[in-house]
Amino acid sequence: MSEGIILGIVVFTLATFLGFELIHRVPPTLHTPLMSGSNAISGITIVGALIVAGGGHGWVSMVFGFGAVVLAMMNVVGGYVVTDRMLHMFKKKPEEK
Amino acid sequence: MIPSGLTALIYLVSASLFILGLKKLGHPDTAPRGNQLSALGMLVAIAVTLFDRGILSYQVIIAGVFVGSAAGLWMARTVKMTAMPQMVALLNGFGGAASLLVGGAEFLKVETLAVDTDITIQLSLLIGAVTFTGSVIAWAKLQEVMTGKPITYPLQKIVSSILLLGILGLAVYQVVTPGQQLQSFYIVIAISLVLGVLFVIPIGGADMPVVIALLNSYSGLAAAMTGFVINNSVLIIAGALVGSSGIILTTIMCKAMNRSLGNVLFSAFGSVTALGPGKGVEERTVRSISVEDAALQLAYARLVIVVPGYGLAVAQAQHQVRELADLIEKKGGEVKYAIHPVAGRMPGHMNVLLAEANVPYDKLYDMDQINDEFQRADVALVIGANDVVNPAARSDPTSPIYGMPILNVDEAQSIIVMKRSMNPGFAGIQNELFFHPRNSMLFGDAKASLTGLVNEVKSL
Repeated sequence: MSEGIILGIVVFTLATFLGFELIHRVPPTLHTPLMSGSNAISGITIVGALIVAGGGHGWVSMVFGFGAVVLAMMNVVGGYVVTDRMLHMFKKKPEEK
Repeated sequence: MIPSGLTALIYLVSASLFILGLKKLGHPDTAPRGNQLSALGMLVAIAVTLFDRGILSYQVIIAGVFVGSAAGLWMARTVKMTAMPQMVALLNGFGGAASLLVGGAEFLKVETLAVDTDITIQLSLLIGAVTFTGSVIAWAKLQEVMTGKPITYPLQKIVSSILLLGILGLAVYQVVTPGQQLQSFYIVIAISLVLGVLFVIPIGGADMPVVIALLNSYSGLAAAMTGFVINNSVLIIAGALVGSSGIILTTIMCKAMNRSLGNVLFSAFGSVTALGPGKGVEERTVRSISVEDAALQLAYARLVIVVPGYGLAVAQAQHQVRELADLIEKKGGEVKYAIHPVAGRMPGHMNVLLAEANVPYDKLYDMDQINDEFQRADVALVIGANDVVNPAARSDPTSPIYGMPILNVDEAQSIIVMKRSMNPGFAGIQNELFFHPRNSMLFGDAKASLTGLVNEVKSL
């Protein structure tokens, strides 16, 4: 195995532990925005999608890349915007009318 | 052009922003800021990637970013809060599909792959494809495009295992054979897509919260695998964070239903129609109550605990509940909301629906926080919830839901259950609560009954 993969496994394992610590503190009230917000984070695949789409490795790669960019961007933009919309609904006291 | 060392450090900045963002999601006051930080992290990652030296042309990128952003924005702006589970399911699927495409493109790019890169590509194809088709099926079930009932097929576990073994075999074959094996590459993708479908169709609509949480975790894993493929640690970190988040939510949902994950995935819960041994259920009578009498009880109560279920959301009556609560509070009573973890169609769904109706979040209580307070409550008002308030879960070992943690509604001084009819819940289980001596039923459509209650309490 190459060093890159080993390092990747180390990073992955540590980040998983960190994830468990962080997410355990999120109260059940916020579990839906947590899901949509973390969903947006998983749109980080956009990084790979951009590299593939701009790589110029023939048209098959371009088609794959275009598809990946569209899907990942929907994931990112849709996820963050809808999470923001939800989180602004959570208020301590009803607005004064 | 940015030197690659600096690029890696900038990716670290965006990973740190994701972590900070998730940390701030721990409280409703700081959560909007947390989400913004996380979005900023994403922007940083995208911006620095555009300077990557591997990128030669920008036309495809610009077109893709434009189309994807516009579609995402439109979805996010127009989606109804009741349809949130479908939207999250679909977004999970898009993430998975994007990973699948990136993995595929990386495979086709080079003639000969290093063994470890080849392995990570096979994994990203498998996880990406399963996440994609699994999520699409989950979406279709929630959107009611297809039946929410479990679709079972013979030898479920064996068929899935054979397919998985097939993928494994092909993957090994690809890794050990030098050069591109296009045929087996496409077969791996095809089998993985089928596997995703087979994985979700036997699961009933009521178990979808678990499935969405699990697919959320898969979409994170898919992103992490892509990170291994393109050798980028920000993808690995972000993917691991999402993966662990999805696993935690999956565990919480399973515990709240007192079922193991294996049981949720393979037992086709909800297709079982057999009741526990008959206990003369038919002979017992339930007491029904008029809107006027119920209003009288509520208006003079000191503490009312509202137990909302998905039936409330289906009736779109959240605003009427809040109006009723405002009136009770004006008369000097206190109103709290008891939220069972599986109330709604995804984790935390009911909280969002109530927040949308302007119910302040500090009145929303989890099961553990509120269960001891029911004995203090003058009235427990159950709206559209059923199995989560069934005392049989505590007392009747023959009940299918025995052992499931429930809200102790039966300890309240008086119980009012709002329900359309006496039909049992999704698992066909009769609810012991309805025959409780302190319980009375307010039959009718939840929205109509609540509007009636609001008018009655107003006139008192």
